[in-house]
Amino acid sequence: MAEASFVDQRMTRVQRHLHLDGQLLTALALLSGAGLAILYSASNQDVAELQRQLIRLGIAFVGMVVIAQVPPETLRRWTPWVFIGGLVMLVLVLFFGSYGKGAQRWLGVGPIRFQPAELMKLAIPLMVAWYLSRRPLPPTFGQVLVALVMTAVPTALIILQPDLGTAVLVSAAGLFVVFLAGLRWRVLIGALLAILATIPIFWMFLMHEYQKQRVLTLFDPERDPLGAGYHIIQSTIAIGSGGVYGKGWLNGTQSQLQFLPERNTDFIFAVFAEEFGLVGVVQLLVLYLFIIWRGLYIACQAQDNFSRLVAGSLSLTFFVYVFVNVGMVSGLIPVVGLPLPLISYGGTSMVTLMAAFGILMSVHTHRRIWST
Amino acid sequence: MAAKKGQGDNRLRDQIQERRLFTRRTLLAGAGVLGLMGLLGARMGQLQVTGHQHYATMSQANRVRLVPIPPNRGLIHDRNGVLLADNRPTYQLMVIPEQIPDLDQTLEQLGSIIELDEADLKRFHNQRQRSRRFDAIPLKFRLNERDVAVFATNRHRFPGVEVEARLSRVYPEGEHAVHAIGHVGRINEQELARIDSARYRGSSHIGKSGAELQFEDLLHGHSGIERVEANALGRVIRQLERLDPNPGNDVYLTIDSRLQRVAEEVLGDWWGAVVALDTRNGDILALASQPSFDPNKFVHGIDRESFQALQGDPSRPLYNRAMRGQYPPGSTIKPFVALASLENNIRSAAERVFCPGFYTLPGVRHRWRCWQRRGHGHMNMQDSMVQSCDVYFYDTAYKLGIDRLQEYLGGFGFGQRTGSGIPGELPGVLPSREWKRAARGEGWYHGETLITGIGQGFFLTTPIQLAHATAVLANKGSAHPPRLIKRIHGNSNGEDRDLPPEELETHFTLKDPANWQRVVDSMVESIRGARGTARSIAPGLEYEVAGKTGTAQVFSLGQDEKYDADAIPRHLHDHALFNCFAPADDPRIAVAVVVENGGSGGAVAAPMARQVMDAWRAIERGEPIPRPDSPDEEAAEQADG
Repeated sequence: MAEASFVDQRMTRVQRHLHLDGQLLTALALLSGAGLAILYSASNQDVAELQRQLIRLGIAFVGMVVIAQVPPETLRRWTPWVFIGGLVMLVLVLFFGSYGKGAQRWLGVGPIRFQPAELMKLAIPLMVAWYLSRRPLPPTFGQVLVALVMTAVPTALIILQPDLGTAVLVSAAGLFVVFLAGLRWRVLIGALLAILATIPIFWMFLMHEYQKQRVLTLFDPERDPLGAGYHIIQSTIAIGSGGVYGKGWLNGTQSQLQFLPERNTDFIFAVFAEEFGLVGVVQLLVLYLFIIWRGLYIACQAQDNFSRLVAGSLSLTFFVYVFVNVGMVSGLIPVVGLPLPLISYGGTSMVTLMAAFGILMSVHTHRRIWST
Repeated sequence: MAAKKGQGDNRLRDQIQERRLFTRRTLLAGAGVLGLMGLLGARMGQLQVTGHQHYATMSQANRVRLVPIPPNRGLIHDRNGVLLADNRPTYQLMVIPEQIPDLDQTLEQLGSIIELDEADLKRFHNQRQRSRRFDAIPLKFRLNERDVAVFATNRHRFPGVEVEARLSRVYPEGEHAVHAIGHVGRINEQELARIDSARYRGSSHIGKSGAELQFEDLLHGHSGIERVEANALGRVIRQLERLDPNPGNDVYLTIDSRLQRVAEEVLGDWWGAVVALDTRNGDILALASQPSFDPNKFVHGIDRESFQALQGDPSRPLYNRAMRGQYPPGSTIKPFVALASLENNIRSAAERVFCPGFYTLPGVRHRWRCWQRRGHGHMNMQDSMVQSCDVYFYDTAYKLGIDRLQEYLGGFGFGQRTGSGIPGELPGVLPSREWKRAARGEGWYHGETLITGIGQGFFLTTPIQLAHATAVLANKGSAHPPRLIKRIHGNSNGEDRDLPPEELETHFTLKDPANWQRVVDSMVESIRGARGTARSIAPGLEYEVAGKTGTAQVFSLGQDEKYDADAIPRHLHDHALFNCFAPADDPRIAVAVVVENGGSGGAVAAPMARQVMDAWRAIERGEPIPRPDSPDEEAAEQADG
């Protein structure tokens, strides 16, 4: 009873006892439901594929509930160890990792296979937040530099695998923490200019040929209509032909006939847009927006800097997922291999994603009354 | 106290400030999120409202589609160009479920004009569940001409059903050389995960065994792709762009089809294997394993019953005895042991050992029997080889010791794959102390050294390994690893490329060439000598053969039991072996014969080897091949070592 008195009385019963956030949970469930429906169509009504996705979702939700039970204070204590462990595994994966689809990403311990880069999606924002929250905000220039190194080292290791999509995500997660912590504007603007200046260097020395191809085809899909451009041409046709009201569930010709490639994984958004039209797309984007808004709200309500920074960064990273995927499918940005969160078929990123929501829920439901 | 309170106030004020800063930044980020989401929304509006008409037209009328074009698989010839694996057009009935209003009714009507059996329908429904609705699914393979004609006249009644012509693999010689050629089959899930999907776009078949598997890379080629315009039903209207496939290369095997046929015929109904190698370059001239099977059955997927019948057949036709059969080498090992003995100065060739019909070790009660229970009397090296005396070799092996024995036999390639690269080849077993500790967890006993010396006990070898070891012996210690491919004909550039033999491997260097000559003379004498175990092949032999018979026990006799062929079931009869090379003074061919439960090496296996060598001599001289005799079952009763 004594402990209960410290608990913030503004919380609902679900929040207090199960450490779950009802609004977030409802939105995530709605999103997963829509995902299953569109996957059923995109996989040409393959029930077995649907079952596998359902099992993954189940595992991911259980993971979220478990992590939500861990108080943010405990998470904070674990953070440096998780980060160092993840870093070691990233190095190991370069030497001992197994290949899949042309990149070395997997680390196997006995029967368990796992991608250290996934762990880094959580470990980087946690680590940077841990470091910056030890001193009063805003951070000094020195602190910012250390934080940037913390982000850059694992990002570089992930680029070596090579896995551009995940590298974008983890570096964004780290940079968001620095931004939210109050990075000074002149530093920010200076950095942006510096990045613009290094783009040509990147282009000439660091990018793989296939990555350059993706960028070039973005500007002119017709230059490679049989290869990389084919994806973008077909997905824009799918989206555009959907119109305002869509062709109806299971009736998207672009996706049901074999024109649209990777239609159940990275390009599933095109199937959705073709079958449900602009009306459906707006609803889906609003649902995503709601989840991001709820995450940012939780961040603002959090009671210490560490929780705030972590919650804010994770919510913004979730947005990057949505933006990069939808932007790529609709031809706004280059093709970067990122799934549409909670909708694309596939399991690896889903567990990390839901673990991030577990952290958000933990932050929100372990608040205590001010003890002045 | 006051200072502390003041600090607390500061900290509180800082916290409020930090919180304000964070909230400001979050609001800013939130605004950014809203803005970018708005951008996505605007892009969607642009595509779905403004551009809708344009894209809707594109999706309706301009259905550009990528159609893969599988390459033609390379052909397989024997060394002289005899076609062993061909591509022939076959017609198959394809069904596109999406375009058929009532599938059951259509299938029923189709069944009334074209015979569809249960297995066809079952396979069709199975595949339909795994395929997309617009995919064409094969309903019946290999339509005959009548079916094609009947369907053509009724075609208007069956929208969504088409006859498709495509090239498929045909093995014109059927069972001939199947264990060397192998066969193709449909690509399965594991293979799908392994292959390069761009290269195999549209291909449905892949090499499953033998040369088809070993040279898959050469044979398959590279798929092309075609960009076509299709109408609203998915039917192709016109071709827009085409990237031609790269056809696979034709492959010329080292097998000589004529010699292969002789090898298969001499084996007849026996279960066993014959391997013939060219000692000068490692060419596998014949690789026969009997019984065999018709690979054509596997090309379009064999039905379960036929497959189970093949698999359950006690004669195991699917089993490649030449590469995977592991047999005790028996007395065929004696020339190698004899050379080891001479080279290690264990005893001179002239020194004699007394054979009373058994051998004992000091302090051990067990008697190791010679196959000749009466005993051979005094034996020198040549006598012991000619008459295949076990006691002589028990003593030699004991004096050599297992370590030297294993090292020396390992030098001939026993216990290792030959390097032929033929998929599925097994290494056999060359026993050693380490091997026994690892495999059995036990130490080594002297008695096991003795029986290793006569090729029994744990010792196992494959027919190709025995032939290769014989070639190493023939070449005084060095040989090219066996190879199955001789020439490649590139179909894309029309170039012929003769492949050089595999790199020469030197297995050991003779200390004294005279030792080698003594062993080879003894091997010749085992055929020419009056008491030679292989004297049955001497009559009419126009050249000198260096060979050694072997009779390998399948099960152990008790201490004083006598081997009585009539009293033992056939599958426990001894295996008959023979290994040889010829001509003895200028080796050109090495042959190994293993006949399962053949009984006697001299009477069953040696004559087979002779006929193969006779045939090869005739082929080399351009003479007609002597007609092979059918194997003589009666001869099996004659006993030897």
